[in-house]
Amino acid sequence: MAETLMFNALREATDEEMARDNTVLVMGEDVGHYGGSYKVTKDLYKKYGDLRLLDTPIAENSFTGMAIGAAMTGLRPIIEGMNMGFLLLAFNQIANNAGMLRYTSGGNYKIPMVIRGPGGVGRQLGAEHSQRLEAYFHAVPGLKIVACSTAKNAKGLLKAAIRDDNPVLFFEHVLLYNLKDTMPDGDFVQPLDKAEMVREGKDVTILTYSRMRHHCTQAAKALEKEGYDPEIIDLISLKPFDFDTIGASIKKTHKVIIVEECMQTGGIAAELIAAICDRYFDELDAQPVRMSSQDIPTPYNGTLENLTIIQPQQIVEKVKAMVDGQI
Amino acid sequence: MIQERPLPTFKASTAEVSKEEGLRLYNDMVLGRTFEDKCAEMYYRGKMFGFVHLYNGQEAVSTGVIQTMRPGEDYVCSTYRDHVHALSAGVPAREVMAELFGKETGCSKGRGGSMHLFSAKHRMLGGFAFIGEGIPVATGAAFQTKYRRESMGDESADQVTAAFFGDGTSNNGQFFECLNMAALWKLPIIYVVENNKWAIGMAHDRATSSPKIYKKAEAFGMPGFEVDGMDVLAVRSVVKEAVRRARAGEGPTLIEALTYRFRGHSLADPDELRSKEEKEFWLAKDPIKRFSAYMTEHNLATNDELKAIDKEIQAVVDDAVQFGLDSPEPNPADLRKYIFAEE
Ligand SMILES: Cc1ncc(C[n+]2csc(CCOP(=O)(O)OP(=O)(O)O)c2C)c(N)n1
Ligand SMILES: [Mg+2]
Repeated sequence: MAETLMFNALREATDEEMARDNTVLVMGEDVGHYGGSYKVTKDLYKKYGDLRLLDTPIAENSFTGMAIGAAMTGLRPIIEGMNMGFLLLAFNQIANNAGMLRYTSGGNYKIPMVIRGPGGVGRQLGAEHSQRLEAYFHAVPGLKIVACSTAKNAKGLLKAAIRDDNPVLFFEHVLLYNLKDTMPDGDFVQPLDKAEMVREGKDVTILTYSRMRHHCTQAAKALEKEGYDPEIIDLISLKPFDFDTIGASIKKTHKVIIVEECMQTGGIAAELIAAICDRYFDELDAQPVRMSSQDIPTPYNGTLENLTIIQPQQIVEKVKAMVDGQI
Repeated sequence: MIQERPLPTFKASTAEVSKEEGLRLYNDMVLGRTFEDKCAEMYYRGKMFGFVHLYNGQEAVSTGVIQTMRPGEDYVCSTYRDHVHALSAGVPAREVMAELFGKETGCSKGRGGSMHLFSAKHRMLGGFAFIGEGIPVATGAAFQTKYRRESMGDESADQVTAAFFGDGTSNNGQFFECLNMAALWKLPIIYVVENNKWAIGMAHDRATSSPKIYKKAEAFGMPGFEVDGMDVLAVRSVVKEAVRRARAGEGPTLIEALTYRFRGHSLADPDELRSKEEKEFWLAKDPIKRFSAYMTEHNLATNDELKAIDKEIQAVVDDAVQFGLDSPEPNPADLRKYIFAEE
């Protein structure tokens, strides 16, 4: 049992899977000699060579398309988006080909690939580098979408994503790379489709993911002191949702708050609330509430940036209001 | 010994520089350098945040291109390494520094930051954080000029657009797509590739099958030139011809300026892959030192005159910092301002 930082946990996962299966390779900008912009692939090229840690030119749409072609013909590529935002340039290949090709080919082809990298709002990185793309990709059929949130689940989930036969969009968060965890020994694989119970409680179900999980646990610490008992669930899989875990919690608490980093319009919570209402409307004692970031490009200025995303204190207030029957 | 691509030679004696113009070029390069050094200092003092990409070493390109155009009238389109292009285009140092501090008085009102500098007034089309995005945008500005002239009958529409980007970016699709369209429609644009040999940690020769970027112009029927990007007069000379062509309706030009960045990719880059020998080779070609030597050797300025300029520029940059520090933060009530155009 060793303590590991998240970026290193991701590196271990990649290393272990590359050692286990020689069809696994990494492609992307600066993944080889530079070791990746967050050091997730540091020195792996020394072990596996330049073709398995393929330093690509800056040509996102085309190298993503190449990975799809390689996946169709038997390889298991991992694409690192130096920043997940850059994959906007590859939106066509991701949506039309990675997402839809299994279906349009009537099952002729499968696309076992992982698209991973840093996403989310960092510290004053400016709008283009502070994206929340999970919502943009959410509607694309055929993509699995996963968000890791701890060093431990980062490792287990990445290994599962690499072994999955479908295209998996795997979101890391720029501000979480230095989180630390004790790693389980051996071949630790965590299922992609299972939500994680972060804190059991009985008052209200908080559904969240990625960095907002940590805002929620911070809020819970303050709430506990005042006698509130929220349940916090990390969705992990943003597509498909794990309704077993979500449903069980709602049947217990009858109240839902969703905390997300993406923008409100067309966000993850927008879809999740609709799905919850479809399935559990009669279980709900209050209108489900979403706490999302503002519908604006992330501003550079620090004060405005903080106002753009949800802060722990807002979660505290919202939980109190809901549990006290004010919503 | 390291093997460097030979720099094209330029006969400085053919340059014909007046004292006034020489001083203007010198001024502009020193402003760029001094401003960037100050940025590094401010970043380490925690006054600016995020990714900050400095331009040290490449000044002869920004100055040689923009100062050969009509700054403030012609269009300039940059990347995330945009501070110095903005300054050359005439955006006041105060507004650029205030933007880097995230203040309301910044050229993008504190909303944009280092990689998103904009100034419609100075025809600065942006600061684009993602590579390659600026190329089509600049091409669109050039199209606008042609459109005004030919479709709207505006004879005064003779502006030229300069699009700056790096060697790494020239491997991206937008580059090829735009070269095609610009040549096809004879747009008044100059594509300036600042080949500084590296795209973060990716050496140019490892990223491209055909390293001489200027030669790619030929495939599109466009003239392409390589130029010593450490020599402001050499840059000025090729740009003069490109501007003439563009204004005369003869179409676009691709210029590959061979240059080097003296600092890491951004202030967060450990810069471990570039060799000491390579850095030394290029540091010895410092464009500012080279041009001051030219100025004094050709009796265009004395050392004292140049020193006086250095001092003046230092004062301009110090003033910009003070202005930035004293400026107000954006009002939180304005968080959602600028989403849509208001009446
Ligand atoms: C679409 C996109 N992909 C990747 C990046 C990350 N990135 C920023 S700068 C850069 C290297 C660009 O190199 P070059 O074009 O040579 O310009 P230089 O930085 O040397 O000025 C990369 C890969 C980005 N900003 N945008
Ligand atoms: Mg470069």
